Amino acid sequence: MSSASQDIESLANRDYAYGFVTDIEQDSLPPGLSEEVIRSIAAKKNEPDWLLAWRLKAYRGWTKMTDVPRWSKVHYPPIDFQAISYFSAPKQKEELKSLDEVDPELLRTFDKLGIPLEEQKTLTGVAVDAIFDSVSVATTCKEKLSELGIIFCSFSEAVQKHPDLVQHYLGSVVPAGDNFYAALNSAVFTDGSFVYVPKGVRCPMELSTYFRINAANTGQFERTLIIADAGAYVSYLEGCTAPMRDENQLHAAVVELITLDDAEIKYSTVQNWYPGNKEGKGGIYNFVTKRGKCKGDRSKISWTQVETGSAITWKYPSCILQGDYSVGEFYSVAVTNNWQQADTGTKMIHLGKNTRSTIISKGISAGHGEQSYRGLVQIRPRATNARNYTQCDSLLIGDRCGAHTFPYIEVKNASSIVEHEATTSKISDDQLFYCQQRGIDTEDAISMLVNGFCKQVFRELPMEFAVEASKLLSVSLEGSIG
Amino acid sequence: MTAGPAESAFLEHFAALEAGLPGHGLPWLEDLRREASASFRELGIPTTRLEDWRFTPLTTLAKTPFQPAQGAREISPAAIESHTRVIGSAPRVVFVNGAHVPALSSVGELPPGVCISSLASALAREPERIEPHLSRCADHKTRAFTALNTALASDGLFLELAPGAVLAEPLHVLFVQTGEDPPIAAHLRNLVVAGPGSRALLVEHYIGSAQGVYLTNAVTEIIAGRDSRLEHIKLQQESENAYHIAGLSARQEAGSQITSHSLSLGGRLMRFDIQIMLGGEHAHCTLNGLYLARSTQHVDHHTTIDHAMPHTTSRELYKGILDGSAKGVFHGRIHVRPDAQKTNAHQSNRNLLLSESAAINSKPQLEIYADDVRCTHGAAIGRLDEDALFYLRTRGIDLEAARSLLTFAFASDVTGLLPIEPLRESMESFVRDWLSGGQGTR
Repeated sequence: MSSASQDIESLANRDYAYGFVTDIEQDSLPPGLSEEVIRSIAAKKNEPDWLLAWRLKAYRGWTKMTDVPRWSKVHYPPIDFQAISYFSAPKQKEELKSLDEVDPELLRTFDKLGIPLEEQKTLTGVAVDAIFDSVSVATTCKEKLSELGIIFCSFSEAVQKHPDLVQHYLGSVVPAGDNFYAALNSAVFTDGSFVYVPKGVRCPMELSTYFRINAANTGQFERTLIIADAGAYVSYLEGCTAPMRDENQLHAAVVELITLDDAEIKYSTVQNWYPGNKEGKGGIYNFVTKRGKCKGDRSKISWTQVETGSAITWKYPSCILQGDYSVGEFYSVAVTNNWQQADTGTKMIHLGKNTRSTIISKGISAGHGEQSYRGLVQIRPRATNARNYTQCDSLLIGDRCGAHTFPYIEVKNASSIVEHEATTSKISDDQLFYCQQRGIDTEDAISMLVNGFCKQVFRELPMEFAVEASKLLSVSLEGSIG
Repeated sequence: MTAGPAESAFLEHFAALEAGLPGHGLPWLEDLRREASASFRELGIPTTRLEDWRFTPLTTLAKTPFQPAQGAREISPAAIESHTRVIGSAPRVVFVNGAHVPALSSVGELPPGVCISSLASALAREPERIEPHLSRCADHKTRAFTALNTALASDGLFLELAPGAVLAEPLHVLFVQTGEDPPIAAHLRNLVVAGPGSRALLVEHYIGSAQGVYLTNAVTEIIAGRDSRLEHIKLQQESENAYHIAGLSARQEAGSQITSHSLSLGGRLMRFDIQIMLGGEHAHCTLNGLYLARSTQHVDHHTTIDHAMPHTTSRELYKGILDGSAKGVFHGRIHVRPDAQKTNAHQSNRNLLLSESAAINSKPQLEIYADDVRCTHGAAIGRLDEDALFYLRTRGIDLEAARSLLTFAFASDVTGLLPIEPLRESMESFVRDWLSGGQGTR
């Protein structure tokens, strides 16, 4: 046991590799939230009246929501929403025409994060819409995409250039008053990504965006909207790291996906925000509402997530399976270590006939980590022949962590089949012994077993992410077993 | 929030009946009842806003101004014969409308160390044997119906087993409600104290003999001493307009084993809460359950197994068949406390929906705070296996018969585990009859 406890210690003492603060002048609003603040955000961003009206409606709804949601298993001190600054943008004097014009400090930040924009452009063929705090600063591969009629831009740009599309779809999956944090986001969101893939177009590259939270006390309120028109396909990657901070930072994003007939969206996330130090101080509060609507027949939405960061993760990427024969998928690996808490899962709402959904959730809990899978599978009366398969497995490492499973299954149609299975256990001693017997040291054996445990999810990730995720996992759990 | 008719009726009952309740004059019991009554006043009848009652609306119950059960009415032994037959000539204790009826009961010669009596008479005779155990397992502080029961309990079974005592024959405890207008409410309280190394088999049996509206609110507490073995069968065959709300709370010492079988076959709305605390190493519990519901019946089971100590194990299998517009709710929780290492828990909930308008809410939960454990749960909801149906049809069995055969087989996984032969047969024929649309042989 002694070597194991040493290992845990070395893991706990490991510094967050991405903890640094970029020193750039910020154009921020003073902390506080009021209708005035929302009006000034809208004015700064030169938004049309309908959007301001929508924000204000969301804000008024939010003020009536008297309390933050308490039903989840996560615990945190009350957040003072008046102490947050709701807008912060790197100062920009003029329009940027090429990467050379971007603040060199900013570019260095991205280098440290391992996403050199210019290299990515040429080598990987990934179009990156990098978001630094709240304003998008550089976008690549745009031309190639625009040839195909694909719109991939920052949310603010979409509001200016494609207001009809935004107005038509914004809030159609996550209404402004959906929940406490979604309402807050709807009122104050500053930027995000917008993707529209036209009819019958298969997006030739993985679209990707990096979110970072930089300025202290700036809650980041991202809004992502992805629309796949009939027969279209798009794969979207989202990856996150954030600098080290002592104060908890709030991140309340909203992601909406819409697929029309025969369309497919694949949304992958690797989330590695600052999880707080080993005493559980600091770290990001990640309260995200992600939801997709399979609006058309035979459409498909697939969520894949690898959640290793954040002090608190509270997110439930969900699918509304409205079209007949539509398919929803959720693949998740969540790791909680030290004092991290995660309450995550999904909702599969089966409305259409012959709809199918698959849920594979793998939770790994170590240190004092607390992790919950919370999911809903709902088969509505019209959803004839609906099918769901759910598997949630939890792996416990260390005797002070917790793993919980709270599935809700509601079936109102007799022709449907719903299956749910869950297991919780520690790493099998037999498997460990077998590996060690073959000359593989404990560390590598654990890494192998944990990767094997998560394989079902990792193989759903796009290639670039799969490598990163598997590396991230072994680093996150380095030596955390006895 | 103002109290509804049921709630105010219950509070009035307490004020009116307090002086006449069994054990009146015992200061500890008076305090307990007052405390419970205050809890109920505070908690009120649960609404669907509470997570534990989210899928079970009690709106009609809350609007019913229940009268207190006024004790035994004359019923002939013949009226209950069909129910007593299935257990055989074993010791029997009968309660009618919440009161013990010695004329219908027969305890006979008991083995040494076994004490069977009604709770009321035990309180009158030897309250000191009850005081250390009553309301120690059941939670009258946060559970409204347990609070109500603790405040108003009129009678019930008291079974005490001395260390090493063995009650080989099954003990049949029959609760009859004659349910007539106006609606009455009976609050029944059972207490089982099993000494170290003792054994017993208990059948808790609820029946209704008329079609009126009534409420059965029963709470059973079991204290299972070291290495004791207890088997508990609960048969719920209330009449079709009855509300049946019951709780089973058990605390298990080291090495003890409890096997619980629950068969829920009647009633218009039933709720059964099982809470087992595995409070000693190597304690084990097995929970088996079957619920059948059709037309507008509502059946709700909540089970909690608390693995508080290392090396404890549990097995749970609950199966449900829902037809008509019946609604089923299953909520199974396995809680493993920190340091309860080597816990092994398995839970399974399977449901068959036979009609388009039947619905089920299943909520299996694992809450685990120790690492060296093996816990699994599974839930499945679906229809009959097409392949199995096809297979039977290729063998010349018609569709209806094949369906009924497979459905019966689904249920017999649970009925087959019943330890009393005549009872098992009777339940199997009940299921067969139920599946063919009959009332079930009673």
